[in-house]
Amino acid sequence: MSSKIGVDRQGILQAIFATIDEINETLPDNRKLEKSAETRLFGRQGGLESLEFVNFIVLLEQRIGDEFGLAVTLADEKAISRESSPFSTVERLSDYVTELLKDSGNG
Amino acid sequence: MANPQIMIITGARKGIGRFLAEHYVQHGFDVVGCSRAPSDLQLPGYQHHRLDVTDELAVKQMFLDVSRKFGRVDVLINNAGIASMNHSQLTPLSTAQKLVNTNFLGTFLFCREAANLMQRNRSGRIVNFTTVATPLNLEGEAVYAATKAAVESLTRTLARELAEFNITVNAVGPTPVKTDLTRSVPQAKLDALIARQAIHRYGEFRDIQNVIDFFIQPESDFITAQVIFLGGV
Repeated sequence: MSSKIGVDRQGILQAIFATIDEINETLPDNRKLEKSAETRLFGRQGGLESLEFVNFIVLLEQRIGDEFGLAVTLADEKAISRESSPFSTVERLSDYVTELLKDSGNG
Repeated sequence: MANPQIMIITGARKGIGRFLAEHYVQHGFDVVGCSRAPSDLQLPGYQHHRLDVTDELAVKQMFLDVSRKFGRVDVLINNAGIASMNHSQLTPLSTAQKLVNTNFLGTFLFCREAANLMQRNRSGRIVNFTTVATPLNLEGEAVYAATKAAVESLTRTLARELAEFNITVNAVGPTPVKTDLTRSVPQAKLDALIARQAIHRYGEFRDIQNVIDFFIQPESDFITAQVIFLGGV
């Protein structure tokens, strides 16, 4: 069954930072992401390239599954159709995941 | 001794899926099967999940369980499928929707979730199921054949998208095999279909297993985006 340990905004932020560590292993030194709320993940103003971004989201989804026991789909229609992307920065992403888990009754 | 490979088989309760589950357990795989109804298959190295392949949350939960138990998946066999023989003019929309949901969307969902898990180990094998009804454009199987045409297209595109993770994606296209899927087809139709094959006989489970063995063997890491039809179709 689902474990709810650490499924708060701080726990989600830690999961995102751990995923940044994981994705940084595949990035050249000059493009490694910083572990901060302001870090841009995706978009015109920098961040990951498209396939790197796909990998990042997949890794984060799996981490949420492995660490919190929650099966979530991050790239759902709600997220993709938003005017301002919930994936653009670390802060927005952690807000979005927190909201998603709350909506699914796991927050 | 090397760790056993982890294989997921959809539609594993009966027919080809069950045969494959038994075969690969005997050959040292840890097999995770699924079907809508419970399975009576009890073998060490086999576990069963009850789910509908179109239920996204249930499928994700199954992959989460596999991830937590084994940490990976090596092979996905997308065997689950339903057929409906009907003239297109007499095919209810609800039947068409069920066929699309199970045959195409179910296959897509399992491919997506398996790829997400396989990506972590940067290796994996996905085998999808199509049918000779698609290249033969069989009358009376319009929607069924169309859903499998979609599976073939999906197979070829996923092969390109997932190649960078060393995941191969191929499909096998069986001829009629004596299973529940063909039980409702009139004998005359099956005979006519078999007459169009280069080799005029029913397929056997072992014919399908043989193609899957080829796709998943280590030496086949340069084989992807391929569809192999049985019987010379």
